Amino acid sequence: MNFDLPDDHELIRRTVRDFAEQEVAPVAEELDRTKAFPYAIVKQLGELGLMGIPFPEEYGGAGADSLAYAIAVEELTRVDSSVAITLCAHTSLGTQPIYLFGSEEQKAEWLPKLTSGEVLGAFGLTEPEAGSDAGNVRTRASLNEDGWTINGAKQFITNAGTDISGVVCITARTGEDEISNLIVPNGTPGYFQGEPYRKMGWNASDTRPLTFEDCVVPEENLLGPRGAGFKQFLHVLDIGRIGVAAMGVGLAQGALDQALAYAKERRAFGKPISKFQAIQAKLADMATEIEAARLLVYKAARLKDQGRNFTLTAAQAKLKTGRLAVRCAEEAVQIHGGYGYIEEYPVCRMYRDAKILTIGEGTDEVQQMVIARALGA
Amino acid sequence: MKICVLVKSVPEAGVTKRINPSTGRLERGGETRDNPFDTHAIEAAMQLKEGGELQVDEIVAVTMGPEAAAKALRKAVSLGADRSIHLSDEALAGSDVNGTGYALARVLATESPDLVLLGQQSDDGECYTIGAVVADHLQMPSLTQVIKIDVEGGALRCERQAEYGYDTVSIPLPAVISVGDAINEPRYPSLKAIMGAKKKPLETKSAADAGIEADRVGYDHARAHCAEFAEPPAKAAGQIIEDEDTSETVEKIVAWLDERKLLA
Ligand SMILES: Cc1cc2nc3c(=O)[nH]c(=O)nc-3n(C[C@H](O)[C@H](O)[C@H](O)COP(=O)(O)OP(=O)(O)OC[C@H]3O[C@@H](n4cnc5c(N)ncnc54)[C@H](O)[C@@H]3O)c2cc1C
Repeated sequence: MNFDLPDDHELIRRTVRDFAEQEVAPVAEELDRTKAFPYAIVKQLGELGLMGIPFPEEYGGAGADSLAYAIAVEELTRVDSSVAITLCAHTSLGTQPIYLFGSEEQKAEWLPKLTSGEVLGAFGLTEPEAGSDAGNVRTRASLNEDGWTINGAKQFITNAGTDISGVVCITARTGEDEISNLIVPNGTPGYFQGEPYRKMGWNASDTRPLTFEDCVVPEENLLGPRGAGFKQFLHVLDIGRIGVAAMGVGLAQGALDQALAYAKERRAFGKPISKFQAIQAKLADMATEIEAARLLVYKAARLKDQGRNFTLTAAQAKLKTGRLAVRCAEEAVQIHGGYGYIEEYPVCRMYRDAKILTIGEGTDEVQQMVIARALGA
Repeated sequence: MKICVLVKSVPEAGVTKRINPSTGRLERGGETRDNPFDTHAIEAAMQLKEGGELQVDEIVAVTMGPEAAAKALRKAVSLGADRSIHLSDEALAGSDVNGTGYALARVLATESPDLVLLGQQSDDGECYTIGAVVADHLQMPSLTQVIKIDVEGGALRCERQAEYGYDTVSIPLPAVISVGDAINEPRYPSLKAIMGAKKKPLETKSAADAGIEADRVGYDHARAHCAEFAEPPAKAAGQIIEDEDTSETVEKIVAWLDERKLLA
C-alpha cells in the first residue's frame, strides 16, 4: 500500500492550490456578497483544462483520473465553495451523463464545448416531488413526429441559467413505468430558467428552478436507451458523490487552515489562543478527522479509477465529509469568536457554505440507506 | 539556441522549517514545492522563446537533489521546458553553495547552453549566489536580480534591481542570469500539460556521469559549515498607542521613531 500521491497528482494539487490562492481567494468574499457568478474564473479554469478533468483527450478533456479530479475539487473548495460546485456540477453531473451514455454524435457535439468550459453543463433530476425519492419523476416527455415534447418542472438545478449555460440533461417519464434521460440545449423554445434562489450559501453559484412547457427536442436527444434513465442517474450520482465528498474535505481543511492561522495570531490572557488546551484539542480533532476523511475520499476515487465497485465507499465518503465540513466550519467560527460571525472572515462564508454538503447529491439519510443496503441490512 | 533553467524543490512555505541538529541540515521530509523564483525563470525562458526575436530551439530544466526533487522538473516541463536533467547522488548531499554551483556547472557544461536562467534565490537557503558560482565555473558573464530582459541583436539588455533603482546592463551570450519575481507573472501549467509532462525526456545523472570530482562536493568537502542554529528571537511585545487626539498620536509615533534614530 502506498499513500504517496503520484507526481502528476501532486503537481495538479500544487497548481490548483496556487490558482485558488492567487486567483480565487482575493475575489471570493466579493463574489459571495454580490452573488455574482464567477465568469472570469470559469474562463480561466477552462483554459487550464480544469473544466474537463476526468474525460479523455479525444473529447477535449485533460485525460486525468477521478483522483486528480477529487484533488482539484478539494483544493478549490479549500478556498471557495461556489467556484468549486460550479466546476463539480458541470463535470460530474452536467458532462458525465453525455460522456457515459451519449452516442458518438452526441459526444462529438457536446463534449468538446463542455470539457473546454466554453459552455456549462447541468443535470436536472430533482423536482418538487422528487428529491430523495428521485424516481418519483413527474416531468413527462412524449414522442411524436416532431420529437420529444417535454412538460414539467425541475427544482434546485445548478449551472442551468448562466450566460454560458449550454445544456441540461433531465430525467423525464417517457412511459408509465419508464424514466429516460433527455438532452435539452439552452435556447430550446419552451425551456425556461426561473429566477435564482436566495440561498444560505453557495451564493456565487447558479441554482434555479426550470420549467418545460411544450418544449420540443429532436428524437435523437434521448440519452442512451429509452427507459434506462433510472439506472443512469443512480450511476451519475455515485460518481458525483466523489466530487461532493472532495468538497467536504476541502471545506473542512480550509476551515482548519483559517482557524489555525487565526489561533496563532489572536491573543487572550497574555498569549496566543493556540496555546490554550481547549483550542488545541479542537485543532487536533479537526486535523485528525480531516486526514481520515481524505483517505476515504481518495479510496473511493481510486476504486473508481481501477474499475471496481465504488458505490459503498463513495456514499461513506460523502456521509463522512459532509458532516465533517459542517463541524469543522462551526469549530473554526468558534475559534474566531465574534470575528467568525463577521463576513470579512472567510470562516463566516464557510459556515454558510458547509450545510448543503449534508443535503445535496443525496442527503445524509440517503447515504445511510445506500450504505445499509450495501451492508445487507 | 538552447536555454537551460535551474530549478529546485524547496519546503512548502507554510511548513514550519526545522533544522536537524545532528546533521546541521534543513529537514526536507515535509511537503515540498518548486521554488517560486524558479517559476519566474522558466516563464522568462518561455517568453524569450515565444517572443520569437531569438530562435530558441530547446529549453532544458536542470535540478540537483534527492529523488523527490524531480518534482520540480515535472513542473518545469509542464510549463514548457522540452526535457529535463536530474543530477542526483548521495555524494552530493550536504554540498555548500560552492559545491552545488560547481556540480550544476559540470552538468550545464555538457549541454553548452547559450543562456542559463535561474531564480535569484531559493525559498530555503536564500543565498542568492548560485548563479554567480555557476557563471564563474562556466566562464560566462553573469547578472543577478534581473527584472527585465529584452533582446538586443545577439545580446540581452537587462534591467537589474538595485537598491536605489535599476541598472540597465547589456550582456553578451552565453550568459548566466538570475531573475527576481518582478520579472513576469508566471503562467499556470494546464492540466493537459501536466499530464503530458511525463512523456518528455528526463535524464538522471550521477555525480560520476556528470564528471564531478568527488572531493569537491558533499558535506565533508563543503568549505562552509553552519556551526550553530537558533530560532529567531521572539518579538518583544509592541507598544499600543490609543488614538485619542490624532495630532498627539502622530507626535508620539514620531518621537518614538526619533528616539531610535529611525528618521532620516
Ligand atoms: C444549492 C442546491 C443545488 C442543487 N443542485 C442540484 C442539481 O444540480 N441537480 C439536481 O438534480 N438537484 C440539485 N439539488 C437538489 C438536491 O439534490 C436535493 O435537494 C436533495 O437530493 C434532497 O431532496 P429534497 O430537497 O427534495 O429533500 P427531501 O427528499 O424532501 O428530504 C427531506 C428530508 O427527508 C429525508 N428523507 C427523505 N426520504 C427519506 C427516507 N426514505 N428515509 C429517511 N429520510 C428520508 C431527507 O434525508 C431529508 O432530511 C440541489 C439542491 C440545492 C439546495
